[in-house]
Amino acid sequence: MEAQFAIAGKDFVVSVTDTSVVHSIVKMKKNQDKTWQLSPLALMSVSGEPGDTSNFSEYIQGNVKLYSVRNSQDLSPSESATFLRGELARALRSRKPYQVNILVAGYDKNSGEASLYWIDYLAAMAKVPYAAHGYCSYFLYSVMDREYTPDITLEKALDIVKKCFEVLKSRFLIDFPEFTIKVIDKDGTRQLAQADL
Amino acid sequence: MSYDRALTIFSPDGHLFQVEYAQEAVRKGTCAVGICGTDSVILGVEKKAALKLQDSRTMRKIHRLDDNIFIASAGLVADARVLVDMARVECQNHRLTVEDAPSVEFITHYIAAVQQRYTQSGGRRPFGISTLIVGFDPDNSPKLFQTDPSGIYYEWKANSIGRNSQTVREFLEKHYTEDIAEADAIKLAVKSLLEVVQTGAKNIEILVITKDGHRTPDIGEIESVIKVIEAEKAEEAEKKASKRSSS
Repeated sequence: MEAQFAIAGKDFVVSVTDTSVVHSIVKMKKNQDKTWQLSPLALMSVSGEPGDTSNFSEYIQGNVKLYSVRNSQDLSPSESATFLRGELARALRSRKPYQVNILVAGYDKNSGEASLYWIDYLAAMAKVPYAAHGYCSYFLYSVMDREYTPDITLEKALDIVKKCFEVLKSRFLIDFPEFTIKVIDKDGTRQLAQADL
Repeated sequence: MSYDRALTIFSPDGHLFQVEYAQEAVRKGTCAVGICGTDSVILGVEKKAALKLQDSRTMRKIHRLDDNIFIASAGLVADARVLVDMARVECQNHRLTVEDAPSVEFITHYIAAVQQRYTQSGGRRPFGISTLIVGFDPDNSPKLFQTDPSGIYYEWKANSIGRNSQTVREFLEKHYTEDIAEADAIKLAVKSLLEVVQTGAKNIEILVITKDGHRTPDIGEIESVIKVIEAEKAEEAEKKASKRSSS
């Protein structure tokens, strides 16, 4: 029951995740950041089996960091997503598959383009302009399908994010009190407050 | 019986000859100097002159191990490449297991342990390099460590490795002061390297590390430091000459 979605424009990506950690009927933590920074211009949001999420993410983060240190150059978002998907796929048919759903969002310095990759727990990957994981996707795709255009600006994208919050508030079973909103563009990654929208 | 062939054999008078020969290889490598200041650490290296058709960008002597830890080596370059990569992986391993940046001593200990292992087991030869490992600990204190082929490591306030390192070390012993500031440390590093590097700025590379990051002064900045040093030397010489003529 986690919210996880993202919208990509030509040169920016907005990533949104909720902030609750739930165990059975108890909210264990209400300000968890469910995104992991892979490099200054790439991040991934992760939801799914608790434990698998941090285990897998830390492993990927460590390897992406090692690549940067070894080669004095960061892995691009597409390279990170492909590497990540490969690791998920390898684990899938082993004794210990990871149950994590991932969105990789980033800005590629070399091509000057932003990109978003949807990767599910079966290691299927798709490069998409906008995406969501979980039950929320049933509600959010309707909003994003209607509102998104390829030449979208950051302001319009944040507007769509606001509309997504509204539909979740009005129709989704769970009330999300707080979200982590991050924007990646050529200047790096920054966090926005919900109030700023 | 010759005691310098197999690695894991002591000689009758207690020497491990292979290790000592490895230290000889280090003495043939280009010079590197490290200076620890109050809020900065300086690494200076003698750059080997690039051959005409060679791309000098690929001749790196200073390598980054982690966000604020760097390493310079003297000796066999290929051995350095292997050891540097092992250290890089270990830094990320440390971050993965304890979710904290490694301290300079931690990674030095690891590198030294690897170098020692190769003097005792596996029938392999030792790494033919000494290293200077510099950086800032998570508590923002500057550190400088040295390792050598035998696997020892020591912390230093200032040190040098490679060819003519003895000359440079004596120079540092004479001129190093505690609480040296960043600008003075850069000048000292350049000055000490100039003792052994004849050809000036184009064969010197400096790395300046502070708690907030690192920078590589460009050749212009190094040249201006050299100018200051030469001006000071000329002043000193003049003073000596005038004293001699007046007395």
